[in-house]
Amino acid sequence: MSDQAAAFKHRINTALGDEQAHSNFRSAMSMLMEKRAAQFPDEDELLEKRQRANAIRAHALRNLPQLLEQLEQQLINNGIQVHWARDGAEANAIIHQLLEAAGAKSVVKGKSMVSEEIDLNHYLQQHGIEILESDLGEFIIQLAHETPSHIVMPAIHKTKQDIAELFHKHFPELPYSEDVDEMTQQARQILRDRFRQADAGISGVNFMVAETGTLCLVENEGNGRMSTTVPPLHIAVTGIEKVVEKLTDVPPLLDLLTKSATGQPITTYFNMISHPRQAGELDGPEAVHLVLLDNGRSHIKRDEVLLDTLRCIRCGSCINHCPVYVQVGGHAYGTVYPGPIGTVLEPMRLGIDQIGTLTSACSLCGACAQVCPVQIPLPKLINRLRADSVSHQNHSGVKGEGSLRKQAEVLSWKGWRWLYSSPLRYRLFSKLATRLRGLTPSSIGGWSRYRTVTKPAPRPLSELIKEAGFDHE
Amino acid sequence: MSSARETIFQALRATSTPATRDIPPQVDRQEWGQSEKVERLTQQMSAVHAEVHHLADGDWIGWVNRELPQRGLSRLLAGGEVAQQLKQRCASSIELKHYQQPIEQWKSTLFNEVDVGITSTRGAIAHSGSLALWATIEEPRLLSLVPPVHIALLHANQIHENFEQMVVNEQWQQQMPTNTLLISGPSKTADIQQVLAYGVHGPKELIVLILEDA
Repeated sequence: MSDQAAAFKHRINTALGDEQAHSNFRSAMSMLMEKRAAQFPDEDELLEKRQRANAIRAHALRNLPQLLEQLEQQLINNGIQVHWARDGAEANAIIHQLLEAAGAKSVVKGKSMVSEEIDLNHYLQQHGIEILESDLGEFIIQLAHETPSHIVMPAIHKTKQDIAELFHKHFPELPYSEDVDEMTQQARQILRDRFRQADAGISGVNFMVAETGTLCLVENEGNGRMSTTVPPLHIAVTGIEKVVEKLTDVPPLLDLLTKSATGQPITTYFNMISHPRQAGELDGPEAVHLVLLDNGRSHIKRDEVLLDTLRCIRCGSCINHCPVYVQVGGHAYGTVYPGPIGTVLEPMRLGIDQIGTLTSACSLCGACAQVCPVQIPLPKLINRLRADSVSHQNHSGVKGEGSLRKQAEVLSWKGWRWLYSSPLRYRLFSKLATRLRGLTPSSIGGWSRYRTVTKPAPRPLSELIKEAGFDHE
Repeated sequence: MSSARETIFQALRATSTPATRDIPPQVDRQEWGQSEKVERLTQQMSAVHAEVHHLADGDWIGWVNRELPQRGLSRLLAGGEVAQQLKQRCASSIELKHYQQPIEQWKSTLFNEVDVGITSTRGAIAHSGSLALWATIEEPRLLSLVPPVHIALLHANQIHENFEQMVVNEQWQQQMPTNTLLISGPSKTADIQQVLAYGVHGPKELIVLILEDA
């Protein structure tokens, strides 16, 4: 077994051994599936909405360079400064420089998966900047020094007792409580002062509108608004694929995003930022910056099949409906993005040689594709990456292509093809297999641990059919 | 060395063939009258713990004067026209503050010494149960965010069916302000074991006063 496969198996076993987390995932995912379904009572209408959202995202991707240019121009006209980063290291360095230039030492941060992708927090901490996650879920896992186990609900693996203990350990001055309302109020108290005192706010972006130069943020808590309004400096970071052409493209995407993600008709806040503080205005940041990250996205775009991944609006509904994710949870994947979307994104981002085995943790049941609001054919893409990972040609352009190719597997398939491509050889083989059925081993490794080994039948079907007198073929 | 911008654009241009726009039209277009819109909005907002009241246009100050003292709330923050109107008729038990200074000069007061922020709204969206607010010099962004209670004044004739219609009807793309905001309920979270809790970072209570022309 390769190192990555062994490591993946180890993570899976750890996850399966954690009864509590396992039950958390199960109950959370069923609730999310139910809530989503309740938002879409009409199948036909849902299909129309998904087709429309698909068309909006696909249009944006087809015109990506033009729209990014328009977006940049519009943002500059609006007074928002734009920066480009080829990879995570460049993005981190840009953000650090912006903070340093402003003399910013303490930062409050809204939830952003792109910032997880580039590991921004560690980078800034190493450079002496204090960075505090302000989304409650992210705040919790930051205290626990963990990574998100779900892209929408990062602390879903934790129980309220875990969180109560965590709060008590880090804030011993607060009374110990396992009451969710009380813990929420404690977090409010802790973070309020930090919002007030922070030198800068960092956020992600859900949609960028080329036509108006607008950054849109979706949230329930108000921490995103705090982070982007109270401090004098706001830095937004996001992937280049998040652009849409028109402002009217936003409502249909927003509608599907919140309903698909958490079964809410809309989130509490939808925050659209188009300018820094203007002359005479009394609050809001004086400076707003947008860091646009490529990090492999332009490379994905070259492949007309894998390109579909870039339509993703990060709702997480593929994760919520995945029968594999619900068993193992987010940490078993060992990547920033888990579940079906992670299974496609991460091997492309990190290389098949690093994390390609993720594609084996899929039953191709198709639930993810059925719920995806922008109709990404996830099983097809996972299958494509499986083929790439054992390919002997080198044409797909995915990093680490062919690195999971095993000689034994290649030989077995070759043998299979040799047997099955000739009727004579096939007949001889089936005769032999049925006559020698007594030699079938009773244990064949992992397969037979929970299953009985299938023995060939005493006589092949073709013989029985012949005897029964059916016409040949 | 070429800049990051050039590298990214080069890679994108190599694989992009600009295509014309072909997006199917909007799906869920109802034809609601004003009373249906008010009803749907009220229903959607109540479902997410917003408190909704229907008042005649001239009665909202009376409501504020009556309700705030009853709820033990006294320090009220307002801006612009709303502050002007309150100044003339606000009860003596209410301590009215006017948002007139840049935030840097009174941040601590805003965070610690205000009970209620009251704002006007640009309109609302019936379908999702959302208020639309545009930041202005008179009514800045933090007015609806920092105080623990937010009272929003909404004129019943400014409710649109859905978000897309509001954007299209009002031609938002021609004039996006510094900040545009949809608010659909008080601040909330379900990040602790999926249990819904209100008032995490933004207002703990949202009170919507829907004003109908007398």
